[in-house]
Amino acid sequence: MAGTTLLDGGFTAPVFQSQAAFRLVMDAMAQPGRIVDLGHAVQPPAPLEPAAAAFLATLADYDTLVWFEDSGADTAASWLTFHTGAAVTRDPSMASYAVLSQNSPVSSWRNFAMGSLSYPDRSATLLLPVESLRDGTPLTVRGPGIETVAVISPRGLPDGFTETMAINVARFPQGFDLLMTCGSELLALPRTTRLVET
Amino acid sequence: MRNPSLPAYNFAYLDEQTKRMIRRAILKAIAIPGYQVPFASREMPMPYGWGTGGVQVTASILGPDDVLKVIDQGADDTTNAVSIRAFFAKVANVATTTRTADATIIQTRHRIPETPLAHGQIIVYQVPIPEPLRFLEPRETETRVMHALEEYGLVHVKLYEDIAQHGHIATTYAYPVKVEGRYVMDPSPIPKFDNPKMHRSPALQLFGAGREKRIYALPPFTDVVSLDFEDHPFTVQRFEARCALCNAQEVYLDEVITDDRGGRMFVCSDTDYCETRRSKGSQVGGLPQHGAAKADWEAAE
Repeated sequence: MAGTTLLDGGFTAPVFQSQAAFRLVMDAMAQPGRIVDLGHAVQPPAPLEPAAAAFLATLADYDTLVWFEDSGADTAASWLTFHTGAAVTRDPSMASYAVLSQNSPVSSWRNFAMGSLSYPDRSATLLLPVESLRDGTPLTVRGPGIETVAVISPRGLPDGFTETMAINVARFPQGFDLLMTCGSELLALPRTTRLVET
Repeated sequence: MRNPSLPAYNFAYLDEQTKRMIRRAILKAIAIPGYQVPFASREMPMPYGWGTGGVQVTASILGPDDVLKVIDQGADDTTNAVSIRAFFAKVANVATTTRTADATIIQTRHRIPETPLAHGQIIVYQVPIPEPLRFLEPRETETRVMHALEEYGLVHVKLYEDIAQHGHIATTYAYPVKVEGRYVMDPSPIPKFDNPKMHRSPALQLFGAGREKRIYALPPFTDVVSLDFEDHPFTVQRFEARCALCNAQEVYLDEVITDDRGGRMFVCSDTDYCETRRSKGSQVGGLPQHGAAKADWEAAE
Protein backbone atom coordinates (compact mmCIF):
# COMPACT_ATOMS: atom_id res chain seq x y z
CA MET A 1 0.00 0.00 0.00
CA ALA A 2 1.43 3.29 -1.02
CA GLY A 3 2.03 5.85 1.68
CA THR A 4 -0.94 8.09 2.35
CA THR A 5 1.20 11.20 2.16
CA LEU A 6 4.55 12.03 0.65
CA LEU A 7 6.06 11.95 4.12
CA ASP A 8 5.36 8.24 4.62
CA GLY A 9 6.92 5.18 3.08
CA GLY A 10 10.64 5.89 3.49
CA PHE A 11 13.12 3.72 5.33
CA THR A 12 12.24 3.47 9.02
CA ALA A 13 15.82 2.51 9.95
CA PRO A 14 17.80 4.12 7.11
CA VAL A 15 21.29 3.12 8.22
CA PHE A 16 20.63 -0.60 8.41
CA GLN A 17 17.91 -0.91 5.78
CA SER A 18 19.98 0.93 3.19
CA GLN A 19 23.02 -1.17 4.05
CA ALA A 20 21.00 -4.37 3.60
CA ALA A 21 19.55 -3.12 0.32
CA PHE A 22 22.96 -2.04 -0.95
CA ARG A 23 24.51 -5.44 -0.25
CA LEU A 24 21.74 -7.11 -2.26
CA VAL A 25 22.19 -4.64 -5.12
CA MET A 26 25.97 -5.16 -5.02
CA ASP A 27 25.40 -8.93 -5.09
CA ALA A 28 23.12 -8.52 -8.08
CA MET A 29 25.62 -6.30 -9.88
CA ALA A 30 28.52 -8.67 -9.16
CA GLN A 31 26.48 -11.68 -10.32
CA PRO A 32 24.52 -10.56 -13.36
CA GLY A 33 21.24 -12.38 -13.82
CA ARG A 34 20.90 -13.27 -10.15
CA ILE A 35 17.53 -12.20 -8.73
CA VAL A 36 17.59 -10.46 -5.35
CA ASP A 37 14.58 -9.44 -3.27
CA LEU A 38 14.84 -5.98 -1.72
CA GLY A 39 11.69 -6.52 0.33
CA HIS A 40 9.16 -3.86 1.26
CA ALA A 41 11.20 -1.58 3.48
CA VAL A 42 9.89 1.38 1.47
CA GLN A 43 6.33 1.95 0.24
CA PRO A 44 6.57 4.31 -2.73
CA PRO A 45 3.73 5.93 -4.68
CA ALA A 46 3.07 4.60 -8.20
CA PRO A 47 4.66 4.23 -10.69
CA LEU A 48 7.67 3.46 -8.50
CA GLU A 49 7.90 -0.20 -7.58
CA PRO A 50 9.32 -1.36 -4.25
CA ALA A 51 12.63 -2.62 -5.72
CA ALA A 52 13.30 0.53 -7.76
CA ALA A 53 12.28 2.70 -4.81
CA ALA A 54 14.52 0.79 -2.38
CA PHE A 55 17.41 1.15 -4.85
CA LEU A 56 16.86 4.91 -5.14
CA ALA A 57 16.32 5.37 -1.40
CA THR A 58 19.67 3.60 -0.89
CA LEU A 59 21.76 5.33 -3.54
CA ALA A 60 20.16 8.59 -4.67
CA ASP A 61 20.83 11.90 -2.92
CA TYR A 62 21.56 15.54 -3.73
CA ASP A 63 24.51 14.45 -5.88
CA THR A 64 22.38 12.43 -8.30
CA LEU A 65 19.71 13.52 -10.75
CA VAL A 66 16.82 11.15 -11.39
CA TRP A 67 14.75 11.03 -14.58
CA PHE A 68 11.28 9.54 -14.87
CA GLU A 69 10.00 8.28 -18.20
CA ASP A 70 6.39 8.19 -17.00
CA SER A 71 4.92 11.68 -17.40
CA GLY A 72 2.48 10.94 -14.57
CA ALA A 73 5.21 10.41 -12.01
CA ASP A 74 4.99 13.76 -10.24
CA THR A 75 3.89 12.21 -6.94
CA ALA A 76 6.65 9.59 -7.10
CA ALA A 77 9.17 12.30 -7.95
CA SER A 78 8.09 14.42 -5.00
CA TRP A 79 8.22 11.40 -2.73
CA LEU A 80 11.75 10.63 -3.92
CA THR A 81 12.94 14.20 -3.47
CA PHE A 82 11.48 14.40 0.03
CA HIS A 83 13.07 11.14 1.18
CA THR A 84 16.46 11.31 -0.54
CA GLY A 85 17.09 14.94 -1.50
CA ALA A 86 17.62 13.84 -5.10
CA ALA A 87 16.50 16.35 -7.72
CA VAL A 88 14.37 15.23 -10.65
CA THR A 89 15.51 16.25 -14.11
CA ARG A 90 13.66 16.50 -17.41
CA ASP A 91 16.90 16.03 -19.35
CA PRO A 92 17.68 12.31 -19.73
CA SER A 93 21.32 12.99 -20.57
CA MET A 94 21.84 14.50 -17.09
CA ALA A 95 20.36 11.63 -15.12
CA SER A 96 22.40 9.30 -12.91
CA TYR A 97 19.34 7.10 -12.48
CA ALA A 98 16.57 6.71 -15.03
CA VAL A 99 13.26 5.22 -13.96
CA LEU A 100 11.83 3.69 -17.13
CA SER A 101 8.31 2.50 -17.86
CA GLN A 102 7.28 -0.94 -19.04
CA ASN A 103 7.86 -1.28 -22.78
CA SER A 104 10.13 1.73 -22.72
CA PRO A 105 11.11 2.60 -26.32
CA VAL A 106 14.71 1.43 -26.57
CA SER A 107 15.50 3.94 -29.30
CA SER A 108 15.35 6.67 -26.63
CA TRP A 109 17.96 4.95 -24.45
CA ARG A 110 20.73 6.45 -26.52
CA ASN A 111 19.90 9.78 -24.86
CA PHE A 112 21.23 8.62 -21.51
CA ALA A 113 24.76 9.37 -20.32
CA MET A 114 27.18 6.69 -21.51
CA GLY A 115 30.26 8.19 -19.87
CA SER A 116 33.34 9.06 -21.89
CA LEU A 117 36.35 6.92 -22.73
CA SER A 118 38.23 8.78 -20.00
CA TYR A 119 35.40 8.62 -17.46
CA PRO A 120 33.14 5.67 -18.33
CA ASP A 121 31.78 5.75 -14.77
CA ARG A 122 29.89 8.98 -15.54
CA SER A 123 27.08 6.96 -17.03
CA ALA A 124 23.45 6.29 -16.25
CA THR A 125 21.93 3.33 -14.46
CA LEU A 126 18.54 2.40 -15.91
CA LEU A 127 15.72 0.89 -13.87
CA LEU A 128 13.44 -1.08 -16.20
CA PRO A 129 10.21 -2.57 -14.82
CA VAL A 130 9.14 -5.83 -16.46
CA GLU A 131 6.04 -8.00 -16.07
CA SER A 132 8.03 -10.82 -14.52
CA LEU A 133 11.67 -11.75 -13.91
CA ARG A 134 10.97 -15.47 -13.88
CA ASP A 135 8.58 -16.82 -16.48
CA GLY A 136 9.49 -15.17 -19.75
CA THR A 137 11.51 -16.43 -22.69
CA PRO A 138 14.89 -17.70 -21.43
CA LEU A 139 17.93 -15.64 -22.42
CA THR A 140 21.47 -16.88 -21.86
CA VAL A 141 23.98 -14.37 -20.49
CA ARG A 142 27.76 -14.43 -20.11
CA GLY A 143 30.37 -12.09 -18.73
CA PRO A 144 32.29 -11.13 -15.58
CA GLY A 145 30.48 -12.28 -12.45
CA ILE A 146 29.08 -15.37 -14.18
CA GLU A 147 31.04 -18.60 -13.79
CA THR A 148 30.00 -20.08 -17.13
CA VAL A 149 26.57 -19.00 -18.32
CA ALA A 150 23.44 -17.82 -16.56
CA VAL A 151 19.86 -17.85 -17.76
CA ILE A 152 17.42 -15.02 -17.20
CA SER A 153 13.73 -15.25 -18.05
CA PRO A 154 12.19 -11.78 -17.96
CA ARG A 155 8.72 -11.31 -19.44
CA GLY A 156 7.58 -8.05 -20.99
CA LEU A 157 10.81 -6.77 -22.48
CA PRO A 158 10.58 -3.82 -24.85
CA ASP A 159 10.88 -4.43 -28.60
CA GLY A 160 14.47 -4.34 -29.81
CA PHE A 161 15.85 -5.06 -26.35
CA THR A 162 18.47 -7.65 -27.32
CA GLU A 163 19.79 -5.52 -30.19
CA THR A 164 20.10 -2.49 -27.90
CA MET A 165 21.93 -4.54 -25.27
CA ALA A 166 24.33 -5.87 -27.92
CA ILE A 167 25.14 -2.30 -28.96
CA ASN A 168 25.65 -1.38 -25.29
CA VAL A 169 28.12 -4.24 -24.77
CA ALA A 170 30.02 -3.30 -27.92
CA ARG A 171 30.42 0.22 -26.60
CA PHE A 172 32.43 -0.97 -23.54
CA PRO A 173 33.87 0.66 -21.45
CA GLN A 174 31.20 3.26 -22.18
CA GLY A 175 27.56 2.34 -21.82
CA PHE A 176 24.69 2.20 -19.37
CA ASP A 177 24.02 -0.36 -16.66
CA LEU A 178 20.54 -1.87 -16.56
CA LEU A 179 18.55 -3.08 -13.59
CA MET A 180 15.35 -5.00 -14.29
CA THR A 181 12.75 -4.81 -11.57
CA CYS A 182 9.48 -6.54 -10.82
CA GLY A 183 7.76 -5.79 -7.54
CA SER A 184 10.39 -6.04 -4.84
CA GLU A 185 12.77 -8.12 -7.00
CA LEU A 186 15.67 -6.93 -9.08
CA LEU A 187 18.34 -8.33 -11.38
CA ALA A 188 21.28 -6.51 -12.89
CA LEU A 189 22.74 -6.50 -16.38
CA PRO A 190 25.85 -4.33 -16.18
CA ARG A 191 27.43 -3.21 -19.45
CA THR A 192 29.81 -6.21 -19.41
CA THR A 193 27.01 -8.79 -19.62
CA ARG A 194 26.45 -10.27 -23.06
CA LEU A 195 23.18 -11.82 -24.17
CA VAL A 196 24.13 -14.82 -26.24
CA GLU A 197 22.21 -17.04 -28.65
CA THR A 198 21.23 -20.39 -27.16
CA MET B 1 25.51 20.07 23.75
CA ARG B 2 25.64 16.38 22.97
CA ASN B 3 22.58 14.31 23.65
CA PRO B 4 23.91 11.41 25.75
CA SER B 5 21.24 9.07 24.40
CA LEU B 6 22.62 9.42 20.85
CA PRO B 7 25.81 7.70 19.71
CA ALA B 8 28.81 9.92 18.99
CA TYR B 9 29.18 8.61 15.46
CA ASN B 10 27.20 6.75 12.82
CA PHE B 11 27.29 2.97 12.43
CA ALA B 12 30.63 2.03 10.81
CA TYR B 13 31.97 5.55 11.40
CA LEU B 14 31.15 7.12 8.00
CA ASP B 15 28.10 9.34 7.60
CA GLU B 16 25.34 8.08 5.30
CA GLN B 17 26.00 10.53 2.46
CA THR B 18 29.63 9.40 2.31
CA LYS B 19 28.52 5.77 2.26
CA ARG B 20 26.10 6.46 -0.60
CA MET B 21 28.84 8.18 -2.60
CA ILE B 22 31.22 5.26 -2.04
CA ARG B 23 28.48 2.71 -2.77
CA ARG B 24 27.74 4.41 -6.10
CA ALA B 25 31.45 4.26 -6.94
CA ILE B 26 31.59 0.56 -6.00
CA LEU B 27 28.66 -0.29 -8.31
CA LYS B 28 30.28 1.51 -11.25
CA ALA B 29 33.61 -0.16 -10.42
CA ILE B 30 31.94 -3.58 -10.57
CA ALA B 31 30.28 -2.66 -13.88
CA ILE B 32 33.64 -1.63 -15.40
CA PRO B 33 36.12 -4.21 -14.05
CA GLY B 34 39.63 -2.85 -13.61
CA TYR B 35 38.68 0.80 -14.21
CA GLN B 36 39.61 3.18 -11.38
CA VAL B 37 36.52 5.12 -10.31
CA PRO B 38 37.33 8.49 -8.68
CA PHE B 39 35.62 9.03 -5.32
CA ALA B 40 35.59 11.76 -2.70
CA SER B 41 37.85 10.07 -0.16
CA ARG B 42 37.36 11.29 3.38
CA GLU B 43 39.84 11.83 6.14
CA MET B 44 39.81 8.86 8.44
CA PRO B 45 41.03 8.65 12.02
CA MET B 46 44.27 7.08 10.82
CA PRO B 47 47.03 8.33 8.56
CA TYR B 48 47.17 7.81 4.79
CA GLY B 49 49.12 4.66 4.12
CA TRP B 50 47.39 2.79 6.91
CA GLY B 51 44.57 1.60 4.72
CA THR B 52 42.19 4.55 4.62
CA GLY B 53 40.86 3.48 1.20
CA GLY B 54 40.20 -0.08 2.28
CA VAL B 55 38.66 1.14 5.53
CA GLN B 56 36.24 3.42 3.67
CA VAL B 57 35.20 0.61 1.32
CA THR B 58 34.74 -1.81 4.22
CA ALA B 59 32.78 0.79 6.23
CA SER B 60 30.43 1.34 3.28
CA ILE B 61 29.59 -2.32 2.72
CA LEU B 62 29.74 -3.59 6.31
CA GLY B 63 26.54 -4.68 8.08
CA PRO B 64 25.79 -5.89 11.58
CA ASP B 65 25.72 -9.54 10.45
CA ASP B 66 29.13 -9.52 8.80
CA VAL B 67 32.19 -11.30 10.15
CA LEU B 68 35.34 -9.30 9.49
CA LYS B 69 38.91 -10.51 9.10
CA VAL B 70 41.79 -8.07 8.64
CA ILE B 71 45.28 -9.09 7.56
CA ASP B 72 48.51 -7.21 7.07
CA GLN B 73 51.10 -9.09 4.99
CA GLY B 74 49.14 -12.27 5.67
CA ALA B 75 49.20 -11.84 9.45
CA ASP B 76 46.20 -11.19 11.68
CA ASP B 77 48.35 -10.03 14.58
CA THR B 78 50.39 -7.14 13.16
CA THR B 79 49.79 -3.51 14.08
CA ASN B 80 47.78 -2.46 11.03
CA ALA B 81 45.54 -5.53 11.15
CA VAL B 82 44.95 -5.31 14.89
CA SER B 83 44.10 -1.62 14.85
CA ILE B 84 41.72 -1.81 11.88
CA ARG B 85 40.00 -4.86 13.36
CA ALA B 86 39.63 -3.04 16.69
CA PHE B 87 38.34 0.04 14.85
CA PHE B 88 35.45 -1.86 13.26
CA ALA B 89 34.76 -3.88 16.40
CA LYS B 90 34.26 -0.52 18.12
CA VAL B 91 32.48 1.63 15.53
CA ALA B 92 30.31 -1.12 14.00
CA ASN B 93 30.20 -3.64 16.83
CA VAL B 94 30.84 -6.25 14.17
CA ALA B 95 32.03 -9.82 14.80
CA THR B 96 35.68 -10.39 13.92
CA THR B 97 37.62 -13.54 13.19
CA THR B 98 41.10 -14.61 12.16
CA ARG B 99 39.83 -17.65 10.27
CA THR B 100 39.65 -17.06 6.53
CA ALA B 101 36.81 -19.52 5.97
CA ASP B 102 34.59 -17.90 8.64
CA ALA B 103 34.91 -14.33 7.33
CA THR B 104 32.32 -12.66 5.10
CA ILE B 105 34.56 -9.63 4.51
CA ILE B 106 38.37 -9.81 4.49
CA GLN B 107 40.28 -6.53 4.43
CA THR B 108 43.85 -7.09 3.35
CA ARG B 109 47.09 -5.22 3.13
CA HIS B 110 49.30 -6.93 0.55
CA ARG B 111 48.33 -10.63 0.64
CA ILE B 112 45.55 -12.91 -0.53
CA PRO B 113 44.94 -15.71 1.99
CA GLU B 114 46.29 -19.16 1.12
CA THR B 115 42.90 -20.75 1.84
CA PRO B 116 40.94 -20.36 -1.39
CA LEU B 117 38.23 -17.72 -1.11
CA ALA B 118 34.66 -18.88 -1.48
CA HIS B 119 31.63 -17.64 -3.36
CA GLY B 120 29.92 -14.94 -1.31
CA GLN B 121 33.08 -13.69 0.38
CA ILE B 122 34.31 -10.15 -0.27
CA ILE B 123 37.99 -9.22 -0.16
CA VAL B 124 38.88 -5.53 0.24
CA TYR B 125 42.41 -4.49 -0.74
CA GLN B 126 44.20 -1.49 0.72
CA VAL B 127 45.89 0.21 -2.21
CA PRO B 128 48.68 2.81 -1.94
CA ILE B 129 49.16 3.68 -5.66
CA PRO B 130 46.21 2.49 -7.76
CA GLU B 131 47.62 3.69 -11.08
CA PRO B 132 49.77 0.99 -12.73
CA LEU B 133 51.19 3.60 -15.13
CA ARG B 134 52.10 6.17 -12.47
CA PHE B 135 55.83 5.42 -12.27
CA LEU B 136 56.01 5.46 -16.05
CA GLU B 137 53.94 8.62 -16.57
CA PRO B 138 53.50 10.94 -13.58
CA ARG B 139 50.72 13.09 -15.12
CA GLU B 140 47.20 11.97 -14.28
CA THR B 141 45.89 13.72 -17.41
CA GLU B 142 48.17 11.51 -19.52
CA THR B 143 47.54 8.21 -17.76
CA ARG B 144 43.80 8.79 -18.04
CA VAL B 145 44.15 9.17 -21.82
CA MET B 146 46.38 6.10 -21.96
CA HIS B 147 43.68 4.04 -20.22
CA ALA B 148 41.00 5.56 -22.48
CA LEU B 149 42.95 4.63 -25.62
CA GLU B 150 44.12 1.29 -24.22
CA GLU B 151 47.69 2.50 -24.77
CA TYR B 152 49.67 0.12 -22.59
CA GLY B 153 52.89 -0.21 -24.55
CA LEU B 154 54.90 1.52 -21.82
CA VAL B 155 54.11 -1.24 -19.33
CA HIS B 156 55.54 -3.82 -21.68
CA VAL B 157 58.60 -1.62 -22.21
CA LYS B 158 59.11 -1.60 -18.44
CA LEU B 159 58.87 -5.38 -18.28
CA TYR B 160 61.21 -5.64 -21.28
CA GLU B 161 63.75 -3.40 -19.55
CA ASP B 162 63.66 -5.80 -16.60
CA ILE B 163 64.57 -8.62 -18.96
CA ALA B 164 67.30 -6.54 -20.65
CA GLN B 165 68.89 -5.68 -17.31
CA HIS B 166 68.26 -8.78 -15.19
CA GLY B 167 67.56 -11.54 -17.68
CA HIS B 168 64.09 -12.04 -16.28
CA ILE B 169 61.07 -9.95 -15.28
CA ALA B 170 62.28 -8.67 -11.90
CA THR B 171 58.96 -7.16 -10.78
CA THR B 172 57.95 -9.21 -7.76
CA TYR B 173 55.02 -7.30 -6.27
CA ALA B 174 52.31 -4.97 -7.62
CA TYR B 175 52.77 -6.96 -10.82
CA PRO B 176 50.46 -5.43 -13.46
CA VAL B 177 47.49 -7.44 -14.69
CA LYS B 178 45.05 -7.06 -17.56
CA VAL B 179 41.38 -7.39 -16.66
CA GLU B 180 38.95 -8.97 -19.13
CA GLY B 181 41.32 -8.05 -21.96
CA ARG B 182 40.75 -4.32 -21.45
CA TYR B 183 42.10 -2.41 -18.45
CA VAL B 184 45.61 -2.79 -17.08
CA MET B 185 45.26 -2.76 -13.31
CA ASP B 186 47.55 -2.55 -10.30
CA PRO B 187 46.68 -5.54 -8.09
CA SER B 188 47.98 -3.54 -5.07
CA PRO B 189 51.37 -4.52 -3.62
CA ILE B 190 50.55 -8.19 -3.24
CA PRO B 191 53.46 -10.48 -4.16
CA LYS B 192 53.14 -11.72 -7.72
CA PHE B 193 52.83 -15.13 -6.01
CA ASP B 194 49.22 -14.15 -5.29
CA ASN B 195 48.35 -12.86 -8.78
CA PRO B 196 46.99 -16.21 -10.03
CA LYS B 197 44.55 -16.27 -7.09
CA MET B 198 42.77 -13.22 -8.55
CA HIS B 199 42.01 -14.95 -11.85
CA ARG B 200 38.40 -16.13 -11.91
CA SER B 201 38.18 -15.97 -8.12
CA PRO B 202 34.68 -16.81 -6.87
CA ALA B 203 34.94 -13.93 -4.36
CA LEU B 204 34.12 -10.29 -5.09
CA GLN B 205 37.33 -8.22 -4.98
CA LEU B 206 37.18 -4.51 -4.12
CA PHE B 207 40.14 -2.13 -4.09
CA GLY B 208 40.26 1.18 -2.19
CA ALA B 209 42.96 3.84 -2.42
CA GLY B 210 42.28 6.61 0.13
CA ARG B 211 45.02 9.12 -0.57
CA GLU B 212 44.70 8.68 -4.35
CA LYS B 213 40.87 8.67 -4.15
CA ARG B 214 40.18 5.68 -6.38
CA ILE B 215 38.00 2.59 -6.08
CA TYR B 216 38.15 -0.35 -8.47
CA ALA B 217 36.79 -3.85 -8.50
CA LEU B 218 36.84 -7.36 -9.90
CA PRO B 219 33.50 -9.18 -9.95
CA PRO B 220 33.67 -12.95 -9.32
CA PHE B 221 34.89 -15.10 -12.21
CA THR B 222 36.67 -12.23 -13.97
CA ASP B 223 39.66 -12.93 -16.21
CA VAL B 224 42.80 -11.45 -14.64
CA VAL B 225 45.95 -12.08 -16.67
CA SER B 226 49.42 -11.08 -15.49
CA LEU B 227 51.29 -9.29 -18.29
CA ASP B 228 54.20 -11.17 -19.83
CA PHE B 229 55.88 -12.09 -23.12
CA GLU B 230 55.61 -15.29 -25.15
CA ASP B 231 59.28 -16.08 -24.53
CA HIS B 232 59.20 -14.82 -20.94
CA PRO B 233 55.94 -16.18 -19.55
CA PHE B 234 54.67 -15.04 -16.17
CA THR B 235 55.93 -17.20 -13.32
CA VAL B 236 55.53 -16.87 -9.57
CA GLN B 237 58.38 -17.05 -7.11
CA ARG B 238 59.00 -20.50 -5.65
CA PHE B 239 60.50 -21.40 -2.31
CA GLU B 240 62.82 -24.35 -1.77
CA ALA B 241 62.18 -24.18 1.95
CA ARG B 242 59.11 -25.39 3.77
CA CYS B 243 57.44 -23.54 6.61
CA ALA B 244 59.53 -24.16 9.77
CA LEU B 245 56.39 -24.27 11.90
CA CYS B 246 53.82 -26.22 9.91
CA ASN B 247 55.95 -27.78 7.15
CA ALA B 248 53.76 -26.28 4.41
CA GLN B 249 55.16 -25.94 0.93
CA GLU B 250 53.85 -24.11 -2.14
CA VAL B 251 52.85 -21.21 0.12
CA TYR B 252 54.30 -17.72 0.46
CA LEU B 253 57.02 -17.72 3.13
CA ASP B 254 58.50 -14.96 5.26
CA GLU B 255 62.16 -15.11 6.26
CA VAL B 256 62.64 -14.65 10.00
CA ILE B 257 66.10 -13.83 11.37
CA THR B 258 66.56 -15.78 14.61
CA ASP B 259 70.00 -14.67 15.85
CA ASP B 260 73.03 -12.60 14.80
CA ARG B 261 75.02 -15.59 13.49
CA GLY B 262 73.10 -16.17 10.29
CA GLY B 263 70.34 -18.17 11.91
CA ARG B 264 67.00 -17.85 10.14
CA MET B 265 63.86 -19.67 9.37
CA PHE B 266 61.11 -19.47 6.80
CA VAL B 267 57.53 -19.40 8.06
CA CYS B 268 54.11 -19.02 6.41
CA SER B 269 53.21 -15.41 5.76
CA ASP B 270 49.54 -16.37 6.25
CA THR B 271 49.28 -16.86 10.03
CA ASP B 272 45.76 -18.33 9.96
CA TYR B 273 46.80 -20.93 7.38
CA CYS B 274 49.85 -21.86 9.47
CA GLU B 275 47.89 -22.08 12.73
CA THR B 276 45.14 -24.16 11.15
CA ARG B 277 47.70 -26.63 9.80
CA ARG B 278 49.47 -26.88 13.14
CA SER B 279 46.20 -27.41 15.02
CA LYS B 280 45.53 -30.33 12.66
CA GLY B 281 48.87 -31.87 13.61
CA SER B 282 51.32 -30.68 10.94
CA GLN B 283 54.32 -29.79 13.09
CA VAL B 284 58.03 -29.57 12.64
CA GLY B 285 60.70 -28.55 15.09
CA GLY B 286 60.82 -24.92 14.10
CA LEU B 287 64.61 -24.95 14.31
CA PRO B 288 66.52 -22.19 12.58
CA GLN B 289 67.87 -23.29 9.24
CA HIS B 290 71.45 -22.04 9.22
CA GLY B 291 71.87 -20.70 5.76
CA ALA B 292 70.80 -24.03 4.29
CA ALA B 293 67.52 -23.15 2.69
CA LYS B 294 67.35 -20.46 0.10
CA ALA B 295 64.38 -19.23 -1.78
CA ASP B 296 65.16 -19.76 -5.43
CA TRP B 297 64.76 -16.10 -6.34
CA GLU B 298 67.62 -15.59 -3.94
CA ALA B 299 69.65 -18.43 -5.40
CA ALA B 300 69.10 -16.95 -8.84
CA GLU B 301 70.69 -13.65 -7.94
